[in-house]
Amino acid sequence: MSENKFDVVIVGGGPGGYVAAIRAAQLGLKTTVVEAKHLGGICLNWGCIPTKALLRCSEINNLLHNLDSFGFSAENITFDITKVVQRSRSVANQLSGGVQHLLKKNKVEVFDGWGRLGGAGKVAVEKDGKLVADLEAKHVILATGARARELPGLEADGKRVWTYMEAMVPESLPASLLVVGSGAIGVEFASFYRNLGSEVTVVEVLDRVLPVEDEEISLFAAKAFEKQGMTLMTSAQVKTLKSGPKGVTATIEAAGKTTDLTVERVIMAVGIVGNVEDIGLEGTKVAVDRGHIVINEWCETGETGVYAIGDVVGPPWLAHKASHEGVICIEKIAGVNDVRPLDISNIPGCTYCHPQVASVGLTEQAAKDAGHKVKVGRFPFAGNGKAVAMGDTEGMVKTVFDADTGELLGAHMIGAEVTEMIQGYGIAKTLETTESELLQTVFAHPTISETMHESVLNAYGRTIHY
Amino acid sequence: MTIEILMPALSPTMTEGTLAKWHKAEGDEVAPGDVIAEIETDKATMEVEAVDGGRVGRILVAEGTDEVKVNQILAVLLEDGEDASALESAVADAANAPAPNAETPAPTAAKTAPAAATEPAKVAPQRDGTRIFASPLARRLAANAGLDLGSLRGSGPRGRIVKADVEAAAALPATTPTAQPSTPGEAEFELIPHTAMRRAIARRLTQSKQTIPHFYLTIDCQIDQLLEIRRELNGRSDEYKISVNDMVIKMCAQALIEVPAANAAWSEEGAKFFNSADIAVAVAVPGGLITPIIRGAEAKGLRAISNEMKDLVGRAREGKLAPEEYTGGTFSVSNLGMYGIREFAAVINPPQACILAVGAGSQRPVVTDGALGVATVMTCTLSVDHRVVDGAVGAEYLAALKSLIESPLSLML
Repeated sequence: MSENKFDVVIVGGGPGGYVAAIRAAQLGLKTTVVEAKHLGGICLNWGCIPTKALLRCSEINNLLHNLDSFGFSAENITFDITKVVQRSRSVANQLSGGVQHLLKKNKVEVFDGWGRLGGAGKVAVEKDGKLVADLEAKHVILATGARARELPGLEADGKRVWTYMEAMVPESLPASLLVVGSGAIGVEFASFYRNLGSEVTVVEVLDRVLPVEDEEISLFAAKAFEKQGMTLMTSAQVKTLKSGPKGVTATIEAAGKTTDLTVERVIMAVGIVGNVEDIGLEGTKVAVDRGHIVINEWCETGETGVYAIGDVVGPPWLAHKASHEGVICIEKIAGVNDVRPLDISNIPGCTYCHPQVASVGLTEQAAKDAGHKVKVGRFPFAGNGKAVAMGDTEGMVKTVFDADTGELLGAHMIGAEVTEMIQGYGIAKTLETTESELLQTVFAHPTISETMHESVLNAYGRTIHY
Repeated sequence: MTIEILMPALSPTMTEGTLAKWHKAEGDEVAPGDVIAEIETDKATMEVEAVDGGRVGRILVAEGTDEVKVNQILAVLLEDGEDASALESAVADAANAPAPNAETPAPTAAKTAPAAATEPAKVAPQRDGTRIFASPLARRLAANAGLDLGSLRGSGPRGRIVKADVEAAAALPATTPTAQPSTPGEAEFELIPHTAMRRAIARRLTQSKQTIPHFYLTIDCQIDQLLEIRRELNGRSDEYKISVNDMVIKMCAQALIEVPAANAAWSEEGAKFFNSADIAVAVAVPGGLITPIIRGAEAKGLRAISNEMKDLVGRAREGKLAPEEYTGGTFSVSNLGMYGIREFAAVINPPQACILAVGAGSQRPVVTDGALGVATVMTCTLSVDHRVVDGAVGAEYLAALKSLIESPLSLML
């Protein structure tokens, strides 16, 4: 089986695994990917991409119901949820096929099956209970991803209580929906269903929605969601879920009071856990902490020659973080110069609810907690010409600088197009710019991006347009 | 015509110094009187002011450069209307100039250069003009920390200096990573390059021990009365707090007036005997020590001495003493009593002839007239330069000092 000897075996073909494989191939390493289900992983098949396809439809629905403000009128605006889902699935399928093509082009062999560590430098591939290949490699990268976290007693049944998987392929639009958890996944589904017309209630155990975002952004988002007719319950906990003839009855405890809410469907979005089971970690030095594999800054586990990247190693659970870890891991293996460990504070995060939310780096509070003296800038979309022209004045940009060094510590945005705009701050942070370069950067007019400039100007007392 | 900024001599004996910091960057406008750079000498940091105005054309000596010779060209200023071509010839001249002679009298600050060659040099050396790749944040942090970017190694893409590099350098000032033992069997070590102060300490004290025939005299002083008077004086007001050391300074000065033969310095031309007692006091500062001076201490009251010492110590720790504040004393005092040291012998601080090493006052058994008693005793050791002060003179001085310390009221006489 000499043809099954590789430099690198990657277990998992998601955005971590397949990007690592392509980078490895570029560096001349003989590489293979073992994938049990779909190339592209959750991101491409059941996450980032198909949800964006769905959210595009809810955005269009919003626009169509707002035609009057642009001088248009239309009657009998309807949609077919089946077609909306179909479109989403075909987008996912198209891109998954694309990944297959890319791997082939880079001469990365793909093994269809379940990969499991089997001793030093060995990976066994199993399909339908049968061993299909024994792979040997100097380097094994675990990129097995993660899955929805389940709360005891509140397990999803796949029928009325959904995880993101079922929520992505509804057969009909539920009239009422309870979303448990207000992280990115929770609010994206809440947004999608609310904008298509469902009555949506979001329950968050912490004191605000989107709790990882800057507090001001959370409050801004909460106002916007409530204006759209969403019901938000923060500092609240779902105690029980009971399925009955009329739907699911949730017992929700908030501020010491218990209320019952009956809905057609429930989406559980309470975080994710790493896929660390049945991949042959037993008896190895690979350490697992609270459902995630422990790695060092070069993605090395405790076991020599075994690496781990992406969601299986823990937050932030983001596809682009997984891809980047894959590249770092491979470049370190290949001995590329100038490889630097991943700096989490330079990883942007995007949430595609309506309005969109995007951020990079430290929140104002986190910056203060880290001991920084901060300078904070803010700028509302209402002061931006392009946003007014587009009819998208709901939004703001907040920037956080270190008062002593001018380091851009964090940027927090909410509003139209911010998920595209955040890269500007991402580049700025990666290049370690200070306020000085940002102040001197010429922003094109008229663009919503000008709010990014104004926010920096505001931090230094130089706002022009507000 | 371009203007050269030369390394100034901050004291008559200065031959070289460290360019600690640039306050102006290439391209900055400079007005007469502007602070353009900071020079770190043996013991202090001094600001260099511009005499002439202009625009900084090129900086030739990077921040943090050690052992910059007096009169070496630090930077070239362009006058109004001059462009870079004038700069190239001036810089070429600078590169070709003979090694500066540190013995010639140095300007106090920037000086107008002789006429620069009018024809452009054929090959303008890129001396120190090479670009340093560093992130904007790294530049800002390095400037804030007074670090020279040129001395840092970049770990970013293509060797670019990034925040982490500056932070690492700032956390371990002038420290290189653990060096490999150079001799077989030598333990691993961390090599810390010398600061200007460390070099000065090494040079002066080696010179002292190698050229000065030291001898040592030790005496015990009972200080119960001195402590009582100190307590009483400090109890009168909150506006001052006199320390034992302040009183020792005062008494050393008074004793020098009583025994002027000990207030001396050796020189090749002859023995110097001073008229006033300028007491240099050793002060520990980060990275070494410095000896600020209480001038004419014999004529100053305890309160004045105490307040002056507080000011000098504070500024010494910040590296803000002017050279005249720490050079030219006539006698030194080094007190390690606060560390519980019972007695020690200090190295003479040249060109002075004597240094008094003061130990901790502690309760000890004393025999007076055949009876055993307890007294607070402080042991003092005088290190003496035998070339100018003989044993008998040293002993006479210590006896005078002991008498003052043990009956402080005699200061009133």
